[in-house]
Amino acid sequence: MTDGAQGWTREQMAQRLAQDIADGSYVNLGIGIPELIANHVPEGRTFIYHTENGLLGMGPAPDEGDEDPELVNAGKKYVTAIDGAAFFHHADSFAMIRGGHLDLSVLGAMQVSQHGDLANWSTGKPGAIPGVGGAMDLVAGVKQVFVITQHCTKAGEPKLVEQCAYPLTGKAVVDRIYTNLAVIEVTADGFACIERAPGVAFDTVAAATGAPLIDRCGAAS
Amino acid sequence: MISKQVASAAEAVADIPDGASIMIGGFGEAGSPIELIHALIDQGAKNLTVISNNTGSGEVGLAALLQARRVTKVICSFPKTANSTVFPELYNEGFTALELVPQGTLAERIRAGGAGIPAFYTPAAVGTPLGEEKETRVLGGREYLLEFGLTADFALVKGQQADTFGNTLYNKTARNFGPIMAMAGATTIVQAANVVAAGEIDPETVVTPGIFVDRVVHVVDPLVESKLIAAGVSYP
Repeated sequence: MTDGAQGWTREQMAQRLAQDIADGSYVNLGIGIPELIANHVPEGRTFIYHTENGLLGMGPAPDEGDEDPELVNAGKKYVTAIDGAAFFHHADSFAMIRGGHLDLSVLGAMQVSQHGDLANWSTGKPGAIPGVGGAMDLVAGVKQVFVITQHCTKAGEPKLVEQCAYPLTGKAVVDRIYTNLAVIEVTADGFACIERAPGVAFDTVAAATGAPLIDRCGAAS
Repeated sequence: MISKQVASAAEAVADIPDGASIMIGGFGEAGSPIELIHALIDQGAKNLTVISNNTGSGEVGLAALLQARRVTKVICSFPKTANSTVFPELYNEGFTALELVPQGTLAERIRAGGAGIPAFYTPAAVGTPLGEEKETRVLGGREYLLEFGLTADFALVKGQQADTFGNTLYNKTARNFGPIMAMAGATTIVQAANVVAAGEIDPETVVTPGIFVDRVVHVVDPLVESKLIAAGVSYP
């Protein structure tokens, strides 16, 4: 059981993840915590944001009064286009995704398995309206897939598990997980903790993880 | 001299029959051809299959077409739009069936359909519930799903500018599904805020070549879905 307030805040999680994105990367940010990454681009780096509804070079939200209902992101929120942006249709947008042209996809998660399986689109409850959007295409096509999420659900259940109970978005697709407690890599041997939030003990991370956890924090760069 | 321009949205959709399949452009409200959809509601065709990324918001546009009980099947990627209970109610009641397709697979199925490609392999949805019971093949050591091209009897598309030959330009992220649906519709109807004579659009800038467009309707000042919803408008 883990206190949700322990470790990094959402902003700090986003800031930590942003440190691992190379200058000049083409990045697709999912809805929710992933969107915060745009606020934490390290000094001297530029990321080009792709939004799958058809814009490369997505900028921040517009000033009040400048909103354009025909300039939105994948979450249907108003955005802006940076100098050097490009618009394109959906088949081209997903050619960028599926064709391996994007460097990184950052997504939220309901569950991640020790093999890198991701569940983030449906609880599978009968009667619930399913909606998948572009998540399955993103995880299948983008070179690297990072997940950013609270380590546990609001009820205190681990989100990092041996096997996902929820319907999958993709099999063996997640490379790395950034949580409020730690940075965890998905390796051939399972979950490996490569960095912990300040003041968080390895045993705390391991106890909040629903699968075996390898301690590689010393090896973190 | 060719002119594909028709006088009104009503005239443009007049021959859409009951049971037709219709691609409707738009990603949320961006690029949704509201005037054409409202004309289709007025026209009365029913038992329609709609192919569109979403299922509409509020009680206008695509949501209003559903609410009028004209649509018995939707093929889409994300039917859970905020502020609309229309689709969930019709779905739970069993009136409107849903074929859920990953967004990129939906786009490629439409592109392929319009390009004369009957089927293709994609890695998206392998190992997931949406990949179950689909034919698979291992190519280069990786598993792929067979997906089929998608065409429709009609496509309703919102452009920004069109000429009388049907050459069409779009506005920002309102482009989304427009160009590929224009290709995949047997009869493609474009509404545009600005309609000009052939020759007035620089050929280098054309996004949808006119061969993919059958009818052009001048809609001078298109409605804005979010403004209608904010004002509590319900169509008709």
